[in-house]
Amino acid sequence: MFRSQVGREAEALLLPPGGARPRRWADRTFRGALTAPGLVVVLLVAWIAVELTGAAMPAIRRFGPAFLWTSRWDPVHNVFGALPFVYGTIASSVLAVVIGVPISLGVAIYLAEIAGARTARLLSCLIELVAAIPSVILGLWGIFVLAPWVRTVVEPPLAAVLGWLPLFSGPAYGIGLLAAGIILAIMVIPVVSSVSRDALRAVPQEQREAMYALGATRWEVIRHAVLPYGRSGIIGAIILGFGRAFGETMAVTMVIGNRPQIAPSLFQPAYTIAAALANEFSEATSDLYLSALVEMALVLFAVSLLVNGAAQWLVSRMTRA
Amino acid sequence: MITPARTARRRLVTDRVMTALFLAAIVVAVAPLVSVLGYIVAQGVSGITWAFFTRLPAPVGEGGGGMANALVGTLTLIALASCVGVPVGILGGLFLAEIGGGALGWWIRFTADVLNGVPSIVVGVFVYALVVVPMKRFSALAGGIALGIMMIPLVMRTTEEMVRLVPAALREASLALGIPWWVTTLRVTLRAATAGVITGVMLAVARIGGETAPLLFTAFNTQYWQAGWDQPIASLTVQLYNYAIAPYDDWHRQAWAAALVLMAIVLVLNVAARAAGRPRSLGG
Repeated sequence: MFRSQVGREAEALLLPPGGARPRRWADRTFRGALTAPGLVVVLLVAWIAVELTGAAMPAIRRFGPAFLWTSRWDPVHNVFGALPFVYGTIASSVLAVVIGVPISLGVAIYLAEIAGARTARLLSCLIELVAAIPSVILGLWGIFVLAPWVRTVVEPPLAAVLGWLPLFSGPAYGIGLLAAGIILAIMVIPVVSSVSRDALRAVPQEQREAMYALGATRWEVIRHAVLPYGRSGIIGAIILGFGRAFGETMAVTMVIGNRPQIAPSLFQPAYTIAAALANEFSEATSDLYLSALVEMALVLFAVSLLVNGAAQWLVSRMTRA
Repeated sequence: MITPARTARRRLVTDRVMTALFLAAIVVAVAPLVSVLGYIVAQGVSGITWAFFTRLPAPVGEGGGGMANALVGTLTLIALASCVGVPVGILGGLFLAEIGGGALGWWIRFTADVLNGVPSIVVGVFVYALVVVPMKRFSALAGGIALGIMMIPLVMRTTEEMVRLVPAALREASLALGIPWWVTTLRVTLRAATAGVITGVMLAVARIGGETAPLLFTAFNTQYWQAGWDQPIASLTVQLYNYAIAPYDDWHRQAWAAALVLMAIVLVLNVAARAAGRPRSLGG
């Protein structure tokens, strides 16, 4: 049935009298038709790089590398330094990794080492759904649920206990770097946990059995036999999570407070590159202003290439081995 | 002095404590999902009215009004994006699975993963420079292109994975019948992987349907029905964002309602994709 159906369709579809020669020609054309879309991806990445560099050129010429470490952002006088945005981006992403990675590792270990197959599948499904929540919805939730919670429940005790550290000093705002870090952590957990879960699953069973045979408990097996073996995959997962946090826009824009400052306290508002693009890009009045914003986008793009490239390489090395 | 019995007990207790911690991590990771869904439903239901689906946004203070244009706008943008993303993604995925074994395949696969990690706002800036600047205006077309670019690597990698699952025997049987390779690929291999490919497309649609950042300065937004391909177009996400950061209670209520509708669409697509992608007997 299968055979006759395909045969008839094939005949009806393309066998003009002439046989092998046009067919080989058709195959070759088809090969090209498949390769071209593949190359589109490579072309796109190159094109983004060229287009952004071109549009950022006026700002690059005007400010040079100092763009990255001066902090005067003054559209009125056409002076642009991106340091507060660079700081906010790095600080919020690092915070996301610090909060998110321990939780992700716990999730990954539970899914790979402890839960049964069916439970693991159900829980993975739920955690993937967290990743499916649109960023703007998380931001809405962030404004009306998370930020008040951070202001009333999280920040006062932190300030009471660790207030002597500059990191946790000052009044509790709710909206600020800490809230951004928490919301980014929520978004990073699904990525980091599913990639590290796969890394842990790739650890050979003998590795565990040898350790159990020595009388080890499950935690000792995980600690000494599984985690060290999956290390490069887990590091890849963390870098991947950092890359995700780095360029995240909407949710962060909505809870970070959007104030270009470098404050020591995590309770204070800050500003990220992505948030600045979201807020200021369509309102940029001068060409140099626009160019400075594009240069920040270029920075974001370059870092995302580096971070994702490195993570991809680490993860593929792990799963191939 | 530590006796053997005491160390044994301590080791067991440590083991229990760590297991409890891992379980706690699961709870913490899933809690936001529960909270987000709970709040969306609780806050959003009251805003879901007939007017929400049929009326244009009302000016501040007037009350009433809906998001009909944004709903249609999001669907239009998804359709436009699919015109770009689906064909390129599927053909590229076929390339990776069928003839992408060599160095070129490796590079394309690597670049696709990297492109997938490029922040969506950067894609927005790129399309702004590429489409909006020459056209001198925000447009539905620009928004569709931005979302389409984001769709390509998503569809490509899932298509590759699904096509790889098709047993080699099926291809060989077809080729042995003298059917040319290109017909075999399109009508046997791709057809056997149809369910999986559709899953991939649905997940990609769910993902880009919830995107806001690349639309902010490509599709922009409008309070009216869309006037043409070269005019700004509203979308649920951008409208939601504008309403959420505005200081009006009435708009907040509408933002929650929009969130409920958007989340429902995303959830339905995700669940349907999972149902369609459940490994059944191949060749169906």
